Amino acid sequence: MPKVVYVHPDGSQDRLDVPEGTSVMQAAVAQGIVGIVAECGGSAMCATCHVYVDPPDAESLPAVGADEDEMLDCTACPREPGSRLSCRIVLTADLDGLTVRLPEKQR
Amino acid sequence: MSTVIVGAGQAGVHLAATLRQEGYQERIVLIGDEPEPPYQRPPLSKAFLLGSAPEHTLHLRAESFYRDSAIELLRGERVTWIDRPGRRVRLAGGTHLAWDRLVLATGARPRPLGVPGEDLGGVLPLRNLADARALREHMASARSVVIVGGGFVGLEVAAAFASEGGEAVLLEAGDRLMGRAVTEPVSRFFARAHADRGTRIRLGAGAAEFLGRRGHVTAVRTTDGRTHPADLVVTGVGVLANSELAEWAGLAADGGILVDAALRTTDPRVHAIGDCARFPSAHHRARVRLESVQNAVDQAVHTGRLIATGEVRSYRELPWFWSDQKGLKLQIAGLPTGHDHVQLLGEPGSGRFSTLVFRGGRLVAVESVNRPADHMAARRLLASGRELAPDRAAAPGFDLKAFTADTAELAV
Repeated sequence: MPKVVYVHPDGSQDRLDVPEGTSVMQAAVAQGIVGIVAECGGSAMCATCHVYVDPPDAESLPAVGADEDEMLDCTACPREPGSRLSCRIVLTADLDGLTVRLPEKQR
Repeated sequence: MSTVIVGAGQAGVHLAATLRQEGYQERIVLIGDEPEPPYQRPPLSKAFLLGSAPEHTLHLRAESFYRDSAIELLRGERVTWIDRPGRRVRLAGGTHLAWDRLVLATGARPRPLGVPGEDLGGVLPLRNLADARALREHMASARSVVIVGGGFVGLEVAAAFASEGGEAVLLEAGDRLMGRAVTEPVSRFFARAHADRGTRIRLGAGAAEFLGRRGHVTAVRTTDGRTHPADLVVTGVGVLANSELAEWAGLAADGGILVDAALRTTDPRVHAIGDCARFPSAHHRARVRLESVQNAVDQAVHTGRLIATGEVRSYRELPWFWSDQKGLKLQIAGLPTGHDHVQLLGEPGSGRFSTLVFRGGRLVAVESVNRPADHMAARRLLASGRELAPDRAAAPGFDLKAFTADTAELAV
């Protein structure tokens, strides 16, 4: 099962085994990881599952969609080049070891 | 010491999680009357119906979460009585559970139509997972589908059905779609969009009677005297708050359990949140009862903090809503109810537009169709309380996002 590393703003980490086909957001919410809110449950409606993905991981992700792009301009913490909505990152075997940084706040 | 939460939907689960997050150390019992682990409802009328969201993806939390957080989750259990003087609740099996804080997150149930034939086979409401499973099964073989009710649920089901190549008839007793929730331009846009996708919309037509043969529905007779053949009928004409438990316990209720600005019932140790609660809205200046994930989650956070810290504050979160009708993304910030002026931003014909909704010269809501940036800006603007005059909004080239960014700078 692919692993995902969630890095909190204080530097502490949570590592989760995430079944393929599950999003980075769903996995975090299911395990109660504080720092991902996901108010809309994964419909790209709320921008409260914002994460930062740094290179080289960022390049292996599918491109940012039009809806996601618009919502990323409206996140509670500033958008950076590696900003993504974690509901839009669905785990595949290739993404094993993906590291995402959590913003200071989501809302 | 313990908190008992009646109802394990979005509000109940979020409350339990918030209590632990806020450092609450006492016993937490979360009681749900459905057999499944707590799940999200919004996909039931969308992805789940289409088979693109398997059941396990609906679960709000992994089962290990409840165990690891020491949240006692009781599934398939119903609370039948609240003993307020004795501070305990009774379960259907006769067990009693003690509490010193009780939270009612009992939700709502589909409003019955009250017309003959409603109990025929093939006439289905859509509220919970069992309903959605039944509907999905029926959809696979249905030839003639009638949807009763042109609200969010009815339209989402119509969109799902149309995307499978089906043609449904949608009956709406009012003179426009989503009449209680949105403004006229938005109603009109959605009527056209659904018609283009093959749904036949009949406004001003309610269901008068369901006709059947051998216990199964065969047709719907409407209030305007027509008959539509149907082997599947989906009903979605609103909900009734589950307030009976509260009423039996002597708590005030009026179309929902009445709570104060801090979301406490008439007994300050009993709270009510989510779909079942009627609260004084800081934004609408009236008592409202809202049905949305945002309302459930924010009221859960509010009440969780109150119980964990003892600090009593007024609930002030801005309401917002969304509906996803297969590529038509409707987002609403604020409450359009009672509006007297609507300003369009963008052209509905383009498939992307917003409305600025005013009441008495004050901006009360913004509706956005496929314009998420407007929606997010609107949420900030409405929450900030900054005024936007209708004539400024009407100026050519007015940009909501730029205006709101301006507001954020002023606030700093």
